[in-house]
Amino acid sequence: MDPLEMQDDSKKSNKPKYSKFTQQELPACKPLLTPSIVISTFLLVGILFVPIGLASLSASQEIVELVHRYDTSCVPLADKVGFIQDTKTDKSCTRTLTVPKHMKSPIQIYYQIGDFYQNHRRYVKSRSDKQLRYKDAVHLTKDCEPEVYGADGAPIVPCGLVAWSLFNDTYTISVNKKAIEVNKKDIAWQSDKNKKFGSDVYPRNFQNGNLIGGAKLNESIPLSEHENLIVWMRTAALSTFRKLYGRIETDIMENDQLTVVIQNNYNTYSFGGSKALVLSTTSWIGGKNNFIGVAYLTVGGFCLFLALFFVVLYMIKPRTLGDPSFLSWNRCTLDYPN
Amino acid sequence: MARSGRRRRDRMRWSNLYTFSCFRAQHGHAGDAGPSSDGAGAVGGPGFSRVVYCNNAALQKPLKYVTNYITTTKYNIITFFPKAIFEQFRRVANLYFLLTAILSLTPVCPFSAVSMIAPLAFVVGLSMMKEGLEDWRRFIQDMKVNNRKVSVHKGDGEFDYRHWKDLCVGDVVRVEKDQFFPADLLLLSSSYEDGICYVETMNLDGETNLKVKRSLEVTLPLEEDESFKDFQAVIRCEDPNPSLYTFTGNFEYERQVYALDPSQILLRDSKLRNTAFIYGVVIFTGHDSKVMQNSTESPSKRSRIEKKMDLIIYILFTVLVLISIISSVGFAVRIKFDLPNWWYLQPQKSNKLDDPSRPALSGIFHLITALILYGYLIPISLYVSIELVKVLQAHFINQDIHMFDEETGNTAQARTSNLNEELGQVHTILSDKTGTLTCNQMDFLKCSIAGVSYGVGSSEVELAAAKQMASGADDHDIPLQDIWEENNEDEIELVEGVTFSVGNNRKPSIKGFSFQDDRLRQGNWTKEPNSSTILLFFRILALCHTAIPEINEATGSIAYEAESPDEGAFLVAAREFGFEFFKRTQSSVFVREKHTSSEGTIEREFKILNLLEFNSKRKRMTVILQDEDGQILLFCKGADSIIFDRLAKNGRMYEVDTTRHLNEYGEAGLRTLALSYRVLDESEYSSWNAEFLKAKTSIGPDRELQLERVSELIERELILVGATAVEDKLQKGVPQCIDRLAQAGLKIWVLTGDKMETAINIGYACSLLRQGMKQICLSIPTGEQVAQDAKKVAKESLLSQIANGSQMVKLEKDPDAAFALVIDGKALAFALEDDMKHMFLNLAIECASVICCRVSPKQKALVTRLVKEGIGQTTLAVGDGANDVGMIQEADIGVGISGVEGMQAVMASDFSISQFRFLERLLVVHGHWCYKRIAQMICYFFYKNIAFGLTIFYFEAFAGFSGQSVYDDWFMLLFNVVLTSLPVISLGVFEQDVSSEICLQFPALYQQGPKNLFFDWYRILGWMGNGLYSSLAIFFLNLCIFYDQAIHAGGQTADMAAVGTAMFTCIIWAVNMQIALTMSHFTWIQHLFVWGSITTWYIFILAYGMTLRSRDNYQILLEVLGPAPIYWAATLLVTAACNIPYLIHISYQRSCKPLDHHVIQEIKYLKKDVEDQTMWKRERSKARQKTKIGFTARVDAKIKQIKGKLHKKGPSLTIHTVS
Repeated sequence: MDPLEMQDDSKKSNKPKYSKFTQQELPACKPLLTPSIVISTFLLVGILFVPIGLASLSASQEIVELVHRYDTSCVPLADKVGFIQDTKTDKSCTRTLTVPKHMKSPIQIYYQIGDFYQNHRRYVKSRSDKQLRYKDAVHLTKDCEPEVYGADGAPIVPCGLVAWSLFNDTYTISVNKKAIEVNKKDIAWQSDKNKKFGSDVYPRNFQNGNLIGGAKLNESIPLSEHENLIVWMRTAALSTFRKLYGRIETDIMENDQLTVVIQNNYNTYSFGGSKALVLSTTSWIGGKNNFIGVAYLTVGGFCLFLALFFVVLYMIKPRTLGDPSFLSWNRCTLDYPN
Repeated sequence: MARSGRRRRDRMRWSNLYTFSCFRAQHGHAGDAGPSSDGAGAVGGPGFSRVVYCNNAALQKPLKYVTNYITTTKYNIITFFPKAIFEQFRRVANLYFLLTAILSLTPVCPFSAVSMIAPLAFVVGLSMMKEGLEDWRRFIQDMKVNNRKVSVHKGDGEFDYRHWKDLCVGDVVRVEKDQFFPADLLLLSSSYEDGICYVETMNLDGETNLKVKRSLEVTLPLEEDESFKDFQAVIRCEDPNPSLYTFTGNFEYERQVYALDPSQILLRDSKLRNTAFIYGVVIFTGHDSKVMQNSTESPSKRSRIEKKMDLIIYILFTVLVLISIISSVGFAVRIKFDLPNWWYLQPQKSNKLDDPSRPALSGIFHLITALILYGYLIPISLYVSIELVKVLQAHFINQDIHMFDEETGNTAQARTSNLNEELGQVHTILSDKTGTLTCNQMDFLKCSIAGVSYGVGSSEVELAAAKQMASGADDHDIPLQDIWEENNEDEIELVEGVTFSVGNNRKPSIKGFSFQDDRLRQGNWTKEPNSSTILLFFRILALCHTAIPEINEATGSIAYEAESPDEGAFLVAAREFGFEFFKRTQSSVFVREKHTSSEGTIEREFKILNLLEFNSKRKRMTVILQDEDGQILLFCKGADSIIFDRLAKNGRMYEVDTTRHLNEYGEAGLRTLALSYRVLDESEYSSWNAEFLKAKTSIGPDRELQLERVSELIERELILVGATAVEDKLQKGVPQCIDRLAQAGLKIWVLTGDKMETAINIGYACSLLRQGMKQICLSIPTGEQVAQDAKKVAKESLLSQIANGSQMVKLEKDPDAAFALVIDGKALAFALEDDMKHMFLNLAIECASVICCRVSPKQKALVTRLVKEGIGQTTLAVGDGANDVGMIQEADIGVGISGVEGMQAVMASDFSISQFRFLERLLVVHGHWCYKRIAQMICYFFYKNIAFGLTIFYFEAFAGFSGQSVYDDWFMLLFNVVLTSLPVISLGVFEQDVSSEICLQFPALYQQGPKNLFFDWYRILGWMGNGLYSSLAIFFLNLCIFYDQAIHAGGQTADMAAVGTAMFTCIIWAVNMQIALTMSHFTWIQHLFVWGSITTWYIFILAYGMTLRSRDNYQILLEVLGPAPIYWAATLLVTAACNIPYLIHISYQRSCKPLDHHVIQEIKYLKKDVEDQTMWKRERSKARQKTKIGFTARVDAKIKQIKGKLHKKGPSLTIHTVS
């Protein structure tokens, strides 16, 4: 081959191949914030948000919620901590509540604890998911510090601070002096029961040490059926939290008398935390939550206002789209006429 | 056999022709008595230890000099890993991330170790891959050089080809014409009888004129392959050093010692020209060679944006430390006062990380935890994303079909990708001249003979002006660009102009000859009134030169090897006029003359009696010859001022007309020379010749002076014949490019090694200068003072010149007045001194164009530094030769022209283009885009990491400052690496505010870069504020929504995993919606990445929820959050709340304070440009910055001038003033 020709070929082969991609000429949509788009965007957001706000607000308003704080009234004023730490005294405490409104079943029963840092890093870390799940993972306890071994040196199942500090107040509820059943099944997430807590893992060595944290577990029932433990093990995001205790599956009428016998076992007094019993109905939105409705209404209202604002703005300071007099070089000449 | 025949023809005694430079040093003979030159005395001493045994490998080997193998790579296979890793961790940011990764192995770390190490490994690995790839390219380049072949003496007088890399010190090589020297050689002999050869040192110093080297007389007989059979010699010389212009050594040959000097040394990377072959001995190989010793490592450059980004990182780091301290103090306080009460944490069993008895110590440990935890404020992925984006941007630059040069087959190359955005902020361009602006090719265009101007071809300026005038004198608003755009740039069809006639399309078929005038072609000149003068004119062209003809044996055509391209153009012109110079012998020049087309050719021989050479001081060249009739003639060509000074009284017949023509030519941007002759009578000549010979053979330092004085004696009483006008062919599109760059608001300085006159001519040609511009010339008057005194005087005079110049500029009232500063190298040396440089710079800034002439490579770099540091703006240096390397490396951006000659400039550059005109697209399109992309990208990056990072901090306040993160480790890991990185990369790679055509049509848009509209503190802080706001909105809205209530109809409350995941969903939505609002250009790629990122998040959380690794996030979407309407409601609410302020901001800005690109986007969107074309054209012309330089300004000036003339003639046309 002629060398000149070869050179020519190599020159040609160097030539970038034309494609819309390499030449940065891909077809593109170039949305533009025209006044009509701005106004209709705000209008649309407003129109969308206000009904959502109203809907969730009304859903929230329908919910009947009964909150009763009992930590102060169920202990003697003098030595709260001493009282609660004494294992021998009877800690039952009877409270009577009046239901303000008709509560439709199912009625959720929660316990609410305040100032309890379930989200503390030392606390959150202290558990062994493998141990909870697998029968032969009893020894996988390295994350459970400082609650690892029982008094006899054998590993605790379930180990770790979270399980150890299991909530142990109990509530017995009667309506109009007639005891009603509190259903404690199905309070945990189904997947937790099925997959995260083994049905062949049984508690062992639990609460056997020198320090007793909270509730004890029946060693003949597998972990997957200790739903109160499963709920407890889902650590809360904030230091004040509610956890599901059980459900009442009958309606409670307005002005019904609720009598609750509380076994006030759980020590929130050392750290000055609060405890409360909550009964609440639910709707599609969950529990009573006015905030989201209000927030939606606020944002929606604000957007409607903005839509109005921009309408006014475009009327006061109209600018034809693509008006060249707004180009910088044209504006300069306004400033310095020559 | 053929070769020996040719060789005989080449064998000429050049020393007889040349008077000045070919003077042979006498000490070659004096060397018999031992070393004679000063430097040679040191041979053998310290620093002079090199011994070269020529042609004797056995003796040479034990000395173990380096081989000729060169390597410019940073790494090799073994050192790559340790060295590259070291390089990576020299970056402060990477070191910080490394530290956190190491700490992540300790219990201090709030995350799992892998989530810290994986991104770092990814980032570092990617950067290292890039390094490795770049190094691989360098390696390939090296291998190409190393595998070039050269003919080496094998022994017994036989030569064979060998790779360059296998060359050793002491080898005898044979280098043929137009080959590069493979190493530093000692010249032994050449194809010329007297051992001279021509060398082009373009690669070393950028000078294109040929340099003469000559061998020692004693080695002259070594002129054939066989003669090296028994050749033995020893060279003792200096050690390798970078000085290009010095050499000291001895040559021991046949038991005699001869001194060597630089004129015998042929340097690696220079090229053998005009000489069939040379023999030489290798002295310095590979990295010992002078050119390699000269190579400096190119400094690593960083863009302004990146430097500012560092500053922001420091600010963020301060914030990080601050919130970490807050966090750890909070932690310590909590530990001391609260922890003992928190029985559920079993404080009695605590370790030193949270020991209530030693809160200070725990606090300090916690500080480290916090620093790692909030590390998301400093985006690790920022560096890798920017790196990736820049590589992709560079890829687009490389692939741009509009910057592909069909002739050379080169594309633009972004050689370092970390300066892309800097291209959008250039303020001053410093340009080399030869090879950059011009092709270094001359075109004979016009001439003035006997007071008549011939040649109707027009220079580019005249063409454009004529077109403009013809297209309608009243409608001045149509910008010149339209003329270029509507026509194909080369083919401008012209109508008859006003004051000058214009020919048809210029199609220069002959290289170097664009002359068009039928009065002189095809022998028509014989019919002209002054045909005898014309004959003389042509003879001067054909005879007064130092070129040699080279006959192409295949076609029979003649090419000329001339010292300067001007001379080549003259010879081509003479040939076209019928005076073909075809042969040169020792003493004669042969010309084939063909006066009329009907006549046959006559061969004439002219005896050359003397040749007084051209040099920059004399500015003229003279040849004295005897024609066939025995008449002695003196032909002299030179600068007009020089010739006019030496005219005889009766030789000034055409002076007035010629001067007028010279001015016209000069205005048209042409290079001019005046031609003259003189008839000598025998006696005058012989008496002068005797004196000349005496001067020529005189020995001593004043020989040159003597020769000059004697030359003066004969070069007088001249008779003016005419003048030539040669167009220094500008590279294609250079004036247009300069024009548009000027309109984009860029300043252009030209730094050239040429002499002042040439530089000014080029200034005219590329429209940096024009008639009517006030020139301020700074130069040092040549005085006869004593050396020390001279310096002081020179400085004072320069100081007053600068002061006068500044005064002149200050006092100027006319706003249209433009100044040009022309400074010469010597003056520049003083002007660059510390005490004067600021005055000089201030003056230079005031001037519309600046031209520095006779500038050395070092001065180029110094000027660049002065501009860079003095103005404080981005500078760009563009050049093509090795002499521009310093400048290219010094400037903020170095651009190399990958032209015909040499690769040094390209190797040192950051970007290489093959034509100057591509600079426009590189800056105005790619620079503009890259600047905006990177600026937006960095701002967004900070926004997103602040929005994310601060939520982690807020949560701490609610978690007892314990260091617990609300998000899963994997979320945090994926946030930067997967979930938000692709959209921002697509922003950085594909965003376009306006299309490339609009960038070019509205050069004013470029000013957004130098004005830094998109990365100023206002904008950066705005984005940070937006990030802060978003973090607050995301965190507290979610907190309130998921506070303590059930989230399901089933009654279950949200745990930490649910809150964290919901919050994280909001973040993903908010930041991705934000980037969608930021973008103005959605191709399918952006759509895919932005919406894909959100989808990826849901897919990820689904898939992650399937694995048990996810702990509390197990099945979170399917079971916990998915069925909860409140989760979706929260996402919608928070996303809207986060983006509404930004939406308000951009809506308000667009409606009340639109930026230029907003308005243009709207015009395009509404298709107003199609509907209202006059408006579109008017805006396009207004979008060009008012310039005082460039083509447009020049044409305007010309039009004014012409209209002025017309106005005087008739009142029908009014003068249109450009306001």
